[in-house]
Amino acid sequence: MNMTSVEKGFDVLAAQRRCLEYRQRILAISQQVAALHVAPAFSCLEMVDLIYHGLMRVVEEGVSPRFLDSFLMSKGHGCLSQYVILEKFGILEKADLQNYCTPAGKLGAHPDYGVPGIEASTGSLGHGMGIATGMAYGDRIKGDARHVFVVLSDGELQEGSTWEAIMMAANLNLSNLIAFVDLNDFGGLARMSEGHPAFYPVLDKIRAFGWEAIEVNGHDARAMYEGLQNRSRKRPFMIVGKTVKGKGVSYMEHVPIWHYRSPNKEEYAQALAELKEVSS
Amino acid sequence: MFADTFYEAGTRENRLAVVVADISPAGSIQKFREDFPERFVNTGVSEQIMIGMCAGMALRGLRPFAYTIATFTLFRPFEFVRDDLCYQNLPVTVVGIGGGVTYSTLGGTHHAMEDVAVASAIPNLSIIAPCDPAETKAATLWCVEQTRGPVYLRLGKAGEPNLTEQAESWSFGKLRYLQKGDDVCIFSYGPIMKLALQVAAFCEQKGQSVSLVSTHTLKPLDREGIAEALAHHKRAIVIEECVPRGGLAGQVKEIACDERSDCRVDAFTLRDEFIHCYGSHADLLSAHGLNLEAISMKLELV
Repeated sequence: MNMTSVEKGFDVLAAQRRCLEYRQRILAISQQVAALHVAPAFSCLEMVDLIYHGLMRVVEEGVSPRFLDSFLMSKGHGCLSQYVILEKFGILEKADLQNYCTPAGKLGAHPDYGVPGIEASTGSLGHGMGIATGMAYGDRIKGDARHVFVVLSDGELQEGSTWEAIMMAANLNLSNLIAFVDLNDFGGLARMSEGHPAFYPVLDKIRAFGWEAIEVNGHDARAMYEGLQNRSRKRPFMIVGKTVKGKGVSYMEHVPIWHYRSPNKEEYAQALAELKEVSS
Repeated sequence: MFADTFYEAGTRENRLAVVVADISPAGSIQKFREDFPERFVNTGVSEQIMIGMCAGMALRGLRPFAYTIATFTLFRPFEFVRDDLCYQNLPVTVVGIGGGVTYSTLGGTHHAMEDVAVASAIPNLSIIAPCDPAETKAATLWCVEQTRGPVYLRLGKAGEPNLTEQAESWSFGKLRYLQKGDDVCIFSYGPIMKLALQVAAFCEQKGQSVSLVSTHTLKPLDREGIAEALAHHKRAIVIEECVPRGGLAGQVKEIACDERSDCRVDAFTLRDEFIHCYGSHADLLSAHGLNLEAISMKLELV
């Protein structure tokens, strides 16, 4: 169970360059069609990038690669971050993204099982963790040494079903299950910290439910990667990543409307101007 | 019978697993748990994760059965059955024990009066409601082998009598004649088949030649078989332990209408009502107007 690519090292600067490119690509798609969730994709982008480029084991077969480990985008509305990465790997084609949310294409605003690279249909919140728990348990009893990675939103931690799964994964000691929480502080309506102060602290709650967990900056790939390397590998592991909704575009950051809205021409130009180069 | 069959199948099919939500594993399920501890999961009183885990396990090639009281396998985690199992079309069997008003002393919270109606509305979900232990065995074995998608397997409770020993063999999606006649055709499914047998005997006493049909597969329904039965008989009687809308009765009437059938269709179902009554299963059914006396009066057989 120990031989995953977690051990192979992770080039953080390359990750930052990729994420810049991914943000530009997502914004380009936003100019084709209005129906998308830009800001929730931006808040979890570094997590999804780390999972695909740093954690999932990949086999090159024919034209497009295949992953040996699994990833579930439990916060299905963040799936643009997944689509652009699957495009980069050649699992989705450019035409798939060009036809996003149109009858000619196969990609919708939530991931759909059966689409290349998509392992579960999500979108309704609170489902991914349960499916991931069943997958990780299935792998264990079949003796398959794989990992299941899942990205959750903070809003999903308001769903009772998520806590049922968190508790059950700990009961079953599923050390092959690794979750990331995109703690961007926003539901669709308002700041969690204002409307639901009892939601915090999150980290203590996760630990109290039997998981090993750390809280880091969810845009800091190095911190997330090092946290994963240092985990005990004896229990399910969660990274509670504090993030910024709309990260990378100043007028989107912490502004709820960007959960749904697409930028107009001027806003698009401004966003591209802000996403010119890696800062650090 | 379900538990015995499941255990036996589990000894030769190592993909078979059962996920229960704090239901006491009676009989052979307990034996399955002891012999195959990894393939038995108890999620506790957590039905959403019971269904979610079944989905994940099915995605890994296992054949999970979710198993608890019908209200808790279907109603409580309804959206998980819909999204995780049906939308993704995964071969998971959702076992609902105590379908209808079987748990007759436990009150309305434990009565799955609408289970067939609710389950029928979801695309991809097959529904099987065996009427006796022999059908339960055949249906369970089919569920173990099948790959078409999710199934709602609606059971009564243990200890039901065998009613179908003389019948033709069981086949998924096909009507099953327990007896064949020419005048009246009675359609029923599930444990209330006992009452259907009494009604059949009553009609025979009145000089009618009676067919009795187990409509064990409610979805996909054998529409062709029902159309043929309506063409062959002068009268049809539906007896079902389900609310009046969304179950078998309305579908038989719909087929009769579509076929422009001359066959008269009488339906006897649970009432569209929560009845606060406690007693035997028969007492509960009587409270809903489902006993021989009430039905025979309404049949107007001279």
